[in-house]
Amino acid sequence: MARAWSLLKGPVPPGINTIVDMEERILLGHGSGGKLSHRLLKEVVFPCFSNPILDKADDAAIFDCKGRLAFTTDSFVVHPLFFPGGDIGKLAVCGTVNDLAVMAAKPLYLTAACIVEEGFEISLLKKVIRSMAEAAKLAGVEIIGGDFKVVEKNSCDGIFINTTGIGMVDAKVKVSGNNAKAGDAIIINGNIGEHGAAVMSARQDYKLETNIKSDCAALNHLIACILKTSSKVHVMRDPTRGGVATTLNEVALQSGVRIQVDEDSLPIPEAVKGVCELLGIDPLYMANEGKVLVFAPGSESKKILSAMRKNPLGKNSRIIGEVIKKDTPLVLLRTAIGSTRILDMLTGEQLPRIC
Amino acid sequence: MKYIDEFRDKDIVKKLAQRIKRLKPQNINLMEVCGTHTMAIFRSGIKQILPQGVNIISGPGCPVCVTDQGDIDSMLKLAGIKNVISTSFGDMLRVPGTTSSLEKERAKGCDIRSVYSPLDSLEIARENKNKEVVFLAVGFETTSPAIASAVSDARENKLDNFSIYPCHKLIPPALEALLKAKELRLDGFICPGHVSSIIGSASYEFVASQHKIPCVISGFEPVDILESILMLLKQIREERAEVEIQYKRAVRPEGNPLARELLKDVFTTTEARWRGLGTIPESGLNLNSDFKKFNAKEKFDLTVKNPVRPGNCLCGQVLRGVKTPDQCGLFAKACTPENPYGPCMVSSEGTCAAWYKYNR
Repeated sequence: MARAWSLLKGPVPPGINTIVDMEERILLGHGSGGKLSHRLLKEVVFPCFSNPILDKADDAAIFDCKGRLAFTTDSFVVHPLFFPGGDIGKLAVCGTVNDLAVMAAKPLYLTAACIVEEGFEISLLKKVIRSMAEAAKLAGVEIIGGDFKVVEKNSCDGIFINTTGIGMVDAKVKVSGNNAKAGDAIIINGNIGEHGAAVMSARQDYKLETNIKSDCAALNHLIACILKTSSKVHVMRDPTRGGVATTLNEVALQSGVRIQVDEDSLPIPEAVKGVCELLGIDPLYMANEGKVLVFAPGSESKKILSAMRKNPLGKNSRIIGEVIKKDTPLVLLRTAIGSTRILDMLTGEQLPRIC
Repeated sequence: MKYIDEFRDKDIVKKLAQRIKRLKPQNINLMEVCGTHTMAIFRSGIKQILPQGVNIISGPGCPVCVTDQGDIDSMLKLAGIKNVISTSFGDMLRVPGTTSSLEKERAKGCDIRSVYSPLDSLEIARENKNKEVVFLAVGFETTSPAIASAVSDARENKLDNFSIYPCHKLIPPALEALLKAKELRLDGFICPGHVSSIIGSASYEFVASQHKIPCVISGFEPVDILESILMLLKQIREERAEVEIQYKRAVRPEGNPLARELLKDVFTTTEARWRGLGTIPESGLNLNSDFKKFNAKEKFDLTVKNPVRPGNCLCGQVLRGVKTPDQCGLFAKACTPENPYGPCMVSSEGTCAAWYKYNR
């Protein structure tokens, strides 16, 4: 197996140009583990992510840790790589941070593995790496290891990133998808569908012009506030792919409960509604990258809401539904006209309709 | 979007529902023939607020669902030809042919792209001059003008690597076929809003005058649909059979003459095979001889063996409104959106998909 982000120690060996030309493109050699790889890592990757653990440049990161750990991994592929409100780098960091945070863990460290297409512009790679560093800094996590591979032209879509994260969980906290209880209020920290709508609009295929920005953000600070305010949170989950509808169904299945959501209470921005109407897609199936669904007893909801609204990522927080009872798993939607219908999981890929 | 909210207003909906109840409808069968209506009715939960005496039946309103399996098989054959880029609306990708679907062929490496408009296919043809770009043209009168315009554009700009697989269908002949078959007692039609914005209200006159069945052209929001149902019930009570327009903000009695002119320039009507309804004369659109070289059926050999239809699948009866999805033995068991047997479970506008999603 190829060595990870370890570097040649000491001065740059003779025969290696000391500056990476940003006009250049990624060559297969940049992933070979040889001189080109070292130069790229030394000049593009390490300066951005620098921290004492990473800078040791060993084959594995070593750190001390005591207590209960949360451990997760996620791979990120998105087209286009850059979209209003974010890019694949920011997404890769925030996504893994959020997976830790919704399990009530304090995210500590990430690793990042990149698979890059031959011919990818080095200036774009640098942009992605910088964006990852910035997102990590905001979230308060360190990137302590990684890997860099290059595949032949057309073998991947620009760049794929995998991040793995580790965090600490308080021994007392029992947040889990199987813990939803009758009487729980379901709270969301703001607008639904912005990430999905922003990415769809940014795709050339549909030629939509909107001002929608992805909600991509790390939620760990907001979630820390929630957990500080209430010790009775039962479930937290980030409604990413498959959207709010799919996530609610997952919780209903895991906990064996019936959930009811109120259509009138859903915070869906007009622009997102517009894109969805045009493409014939339901905003409840649109991906979110900076949202969390919080299940907590109705009696706790007021103080949780007020704490969430004080955080910039929770200004538009509101209750969107409740857990009705222990029952065959089912999610119901009380429609805007006062009727009720099933809200099912997403099936397959979201495809625009004919007319 | 503000203007749409008024058509979803809870109070107006309540008032309309009360007025419908006051008419005390008994055993009334109303058919809608538009996939968007099917979805809107289920999505907003209209069936639950209607009195028991009103039965809403879905007809052959989903363009994907009515596409004949033989046509799907030909499209699959086309997709497999070297150097062909097939393009179509997203809904088409998952429809099962006899042995495969476009989605499965794409996974095997065929270049199949989902587009939002046929004009996007023209763009793809311009960018890929060394390839043949084919648009799989399914749909009703709503989408056909855009396709006519794309084909005209291709001719004007000598875009010889562009063609379409013409598979367009017309709604009025399908209504006539349904009425002549007399399998169902129908008391009224909720007519499609988008289609009617092109063809106008006159196209349904024969339904009212010859078959004595009331028609109302409806919009797609809950208030639109309930108001249309109310208008139909009033006609039935007053023993009138007329074509009325509820969706006045989009539909004029004369429709869109400009769009129809364009259709006439590019297409001729032809007999067409409908899934569930069989072959109906003058119910399809084919490119006329001036546009022959943009016809994929002429350009490529797309003949296929007689399609093998999945046994026990009731899509045909569902499309004719004779059976409801829950009366099919496969429904929600062997046939689900993840593993569909028939097209009605595939398309987002299919009746079985709507039942599965919202009404199990």
